[in-house]
Formats: sequence, structure tokens, C-alpha cells
Amino acid sequence: MFLLQTIFFGGGWLFFLKILYKNYEVHHSGVLLMFSTTFALSCTMFVLIIFEIIGIMDSSSRYFHWKLQLFVILFVLIVLLPAYIGFFVLSNLRLVPQKPHIQVALTFVSWCVFLYFFWKIGDPFPILSPKHGIFSIEQCIGRVGIIGVTLMAILSGFGAVNYPYTSMFCFIRHVTDAEIQGIEKRLMQTMDMIMLKKKRIAQAKRENLRSAGQKIGGGIWGMLKTVGSPYGGSTENISQLKQEASGLEELSRQLFLETVDLHTTQERMEFSKTFKGKYFNFLGYFFSGYCVWKIFISTVNIIFDRVGKVDPVTRGIEIAVNYLGIQFDVKFWSQQISFILIGIIIVTSIRGLLITLTRFFYAIASSKSSNIIVLCLAQIMGMYFVSSVLLMRMNMPLEYRTIITEVLGELQFNFYHRWFDVIFLVSALSSIGFLYIAHKHASDTIN
Amino acid sequence: MANVDKVKILVVGDSGVGKTSLVHLICHNEPTNNPGWTIGCSVDVKLHEYKAGTAAEKTFFIELWDIGGCTSHQDCRSMFYTNVHGIILVHDLTNRKSQQNLQCWLGEVLRKENKISGGNGFDLDSEQFVGNQLPLLVIGTKADQTETIRDKNRQSSVAEEFGADQFDLDNYSVKYLAPGSTNAVKLSRFFDKVIERRYYSRESQAPTLQSHSSPQLGRRVKNAHVD
Repeated sequence: MFLLQTIFFGGGWLFFLKILYKNYEVHHSGVLLMFSTTFALSCTMFVLIIFEIIGIMDSSSRYFHWKLQLFVILFVLIVLLPAYIGFFVLSNLRLVPQKPHIQVALTFVSWCVFLYFFWKIGDPFPILSPKHGIFSIEQCIGRVGIIGVTLMAILSGFGAVNYPYTSMFCFIRHVTDAEIQGIEKRLMQTMDMIMLKKKRIAQAKRENLRSAGQKIGGGIWGMLKTVGSPYGGSTENISQLKQEASGLEELSRQLFLETVDLHTTQERMEFSKTFKGKYFNFLGYFFSGYCVWKIFISTVNIIFDRVGKVDPVTRGIEIAVNYLGIQFDVKFWSQQISFILIGIIIVTSIRGLLITLTRFFYAIASSKSSNIIVLCLAQIMGMYFVSSVLLMRMNMPLEYRTIITEVLGELQFNFYHRWFDVIFLVSALSSIGFLYIAHKHASDTIN
Repeated sequence: MANVDKVKILVVGDSGVGKTSLVHLICHNEPTNNPGWTIGCSVDVKLHEYKAGTAAEKTFFIELWDIGGCTSHQDCRSMFYTNVHGIILVHDLTNRKSQQNLQCWLGEVLRKENKISGGNGFDLDSEQFVGNQLPLLVIGTKADQTETIRDKNRQSSVAEEFGADQFDLDNYSVKYLAPGSTNAVKLSRFFDKVIERRYYSRESQAPTLQSHSSPQLGRRVKNAHVD
């Protein structure tokens, strides 16, 4: 068990160094440690679920490991990571004096503020059945669960809509080489114009300096001359030139961004002609169907206040047995199928999350903020995985649900599913809206 | 203004190392506060006296093209690499990886110039640069923020490999480039070299066979402390 954990720890370490921090140097190894620990803890939880299904290790030791994992990961998510994030943010701000004890004190204060808001989040939601006290694990899990579920739903909603959009052919605009060359020519012309203006400014400045130098030696005659022509030797208006130059610079930026856009569209066109591209296109149809179905089901769930009680595996088996008349050993097959299904879900969600986090990191990080961003990502990752454990309960047959229910206590699971549906719907619809607007805007600017 | 000749120098390096503030410092002699990320390319010019103080003194425009370093814009940057006469490679002293990436940057620029068929450009050998005629300068920024005691005498491997000059500075304080300081001298020597290579060495340009060995010998310049 602990061997597995060390393997995951090593995996997280490698991922951090090779992929996330490809362009940066590691200054604080504590950040690396935190990230790998969070990753290892999350993966171990998933492994425990799989063990539950297959039946490795007797149930009391599984239970013990579950409790241990949960406790540690909650400690990391609620205490360690926010404190560390607060510490880094404070040490980056220029207003704060850099002495260590002031920093530690301020970090403690900000951690208390964080704790307060964390607690407040739980109040408007009906998370717990009224059986438990204040300082129990269930309270913490409940709140972490809310944040994580919201995140999951937003990401899935956006991902479900974005994937078909990017991989399907019918959305790719047609771009010709002539268009690209046209824009590049315009960009170079703009750069030349900017250069011209800057040269004039530089020459004008030099003329001013020279004539200022001469003025000093001019005496009274020199002073009379300056009254007449305040700019001395040059006849250019420097501030006007500067304004024109900055206007042109703005234009050059816009043109460059358009060029980048056209290049990416062209690449997509090239990609769509390859075999891989066609395969992704086919998957895209499949996924868009899934997305539409999911939106429909979420709406139905919300409107009719329906909560699914039966998981897909058992339902699938029921359908197979009742309608299709296939007889097979229900218990055995349900175990195998649910194992495969859960395994696939776990692997794809881990992979999907890591890829998204990597892309996000590349887009945002700079050498100053890379530490903070990585810690935030670790926090998001931890919360995401904890809540996916929560939601996975829905996908497992009844006999395997017991351990999760036992370990996580009496949380109102139905509420979480409902909340997921709501946020998923909102996120998917708004992504459709955004993508539509972006698409229109892009095709308008080209034409 | 039509009489003044110009040379084009590229300023390249990873995103966030300080190229835009460096260019501003060189051209206007004052530090700039908080430039945003450079999208595409931003240009600036400096009037430079070639062979200042001698009889052959002549004014040239030095165009500094500061190329934005975002990795997502890689394909589109190549249109800026035409007709280049010199390259300034910038790296960040607090981040050692930005120095290692300078090789990739050099490869990217040269690949467009001479169409070096060097694969994907990530495993470059210095042999590919032997025929390179462009003068290079390596500058390390954020010198005030390096807490680790970096041996300033140690030449960076990039500079050593290409026989380029190098120095370190802090983009926020003017004293590093104050006239008469070692850095200012090195910078102006670099500009002179670029101008010479462009305008004056054409008469004495031998066929490429000979130019193989001479650039390597001619460019080994001794590195000195930052003042």
C-alpha cells in the first residue's frame, strides 16, 4: 500500500519537473513536495476504490486506509496549502516588509480569514443531515466537496462543448495562403511605419539636445532665440509623433494576433486531412451527441426533481437480462463491468485534469508567479479528486457504495448530484454562448 | 534622415526575462516601469556613432527589434527574422533554464536566415553555427535579484560556445549602462561590430572557406566584472 503511494509520489514529482516546470528553475523545493504529496494522496484514494471493487485486502484494513487518506488529504487541503499560498503571495507583494516573523504572522492572519470564508460557504447549502456536531470530518468534506463539485461541473461543461467545436470539421474556417500573406505584409508595413516615426523622434531629440547645449553658451542672444523657437533646432512635434507611434503599435499588435489566429486555423486544416484528424472528427460527433444528451438529462432532472437511484451498470444489466433475454451471472459480471467502467472514468479524469492544468499553467505563469500558481493548481487538483470520489458513488452498484458512505459519513449525496447537474447545465450553455460569439467575431474580422 | 544608414538587431529570449525593459534602457537611458507582455514585436531605435571620436565617425540608426517570447506565437515570429545584422540574446539570471533555451532561440533565428536543415531545432550542435556570420551578444538581466552567489567570472556556456561577448545588468537602474562603464563599452563595441560586418567588411569579404576559422578566433573576448 505504501509502496503504491511512493510510486505515485514519484510520478507527481516527475510530472512537475519535466512538464510543468519545463522553463523555470525550482527555487523552493517545498512547492515540489506539496504538489507531489497532493498528487500521491489523490491517486491512492482512487486505488482504494478499485481495491474495493476487486476485493483486495480485507475490509477493516481498507477502512483504516480510507480514514487515514481522508484525514491527511483534508489536512493538506485546508491547512497546509492555503497557508503556503498565503505565504508566497505575501512575500511577493512589495508593500510587505521582508522580515520572517512579520511574514509568518501575516500568513497566520490570512489563513484565519480563509478558514472563516471556507466555513461560511457551507452555510447556505443543505449538506449534512442534522446528526453531526461542528468539528467533524463530515463538515470539512462537505465544504471541500461543494467547491470541488462546482469546479468539476464547470470544467466538464466547458470541455463537453469545446471538444466537438475544436475537433469537428464543419467549424473550421477556410483560410487561404493569400490571406495570410496579405496580413503579414500589412503587419510589416505597419512595423516600418512605426520605425519611421521612432527615427524621427530620435533625431528630433538629438537636435534638441544639441541646440540646448549651444544655448547655454549663447548668452543674451541665445536667450532671445529660445523665446522665438522653443524647440530649438528641430521642427518636429515630439509628443504628436509619440502618440502616432503608440497608435500604430496597437495596430501592429492586433495584426499580429490575427496572423496567429490564421496560422492556427491553417494548422487545423492541415491536421484535419490526416488520419488522426479524421478519427478525432468522428469522436467529435460521438461526443457532441453525448453532450446534448447530458444537457437534456440535466434539464429533466432539475425540472422533474428526479434523482437517479440506480447506477448505469446495474441498469445496463437489468436491460440486458429483462429485454434482451441474455442470461448470465449477474454478480460476477457486475463486478467486472463496474471495475472497468470506474477504471476508465478515473484514468480519463486524471489525464484530462493534468492536461488542462498544464495548458493553464503555460498560458498564465511567469517566473515570479509560478510558485503561487502551482500551489493553487495543487489545491484545485486535490479538491477535484476528492469530489470525484464523492460523485463516483453514483456510478457504482449498491454493494460497493457502502464503504464510501461509511467513510464519508452521512452527507446528502443527492444534493451533490443535483448541484453538479445545475452547474453543468449553466456552464455548458454559457460555453456554447461564448463560442458562438467568438466564432462570429472571428469570421467577421476576416471578411 | 534618408541619408542615415541603419542596421537591424534582434533582441530574443524567453518570455519574461526583461527584453522590453532592456531595449527601453538602451534607447532612452531610463528604466521603464511595468511593461506588459510583448505581443508580436516592438521596435525602438538608437542613434549610434560608429567609431566615435575618430575621424571616420558616422551616425547610424540601430533598430532594435524586440520579439515577444510566447511559445504559442512561434510560427508567426519567423517573418521578423529577415535581413538581420546582429542578435542580442537575453536571459534571466534567476532562472537557469532561460539560459539553456538561448540555444533554441539562436537556432530558430538562424534556421530562418540560412535555412539550416537541422531537424526540429532542439538538439543543436555548435557545429551548425560555425558558418554563422552574425555578431552575438549575451545579456543577463535581474542581476539585483540573484541571491545565490553566482561566480560572475564564469562565462556562460552559451557565450563561450559562440564566442560572444556577455554582461549582466539590472533593468531598473541606469548605472549599469552609464557611459564609460564596462558594460556600455561592450555594448558600443558590439554595435560597432554589427555595423562593420554590414557595411565595411563587404570589400574585404573573402569566400566562405576562409571565413570558417576567422570569426571564431576574432571573437574570443575576455569577460570582465560588472561594475
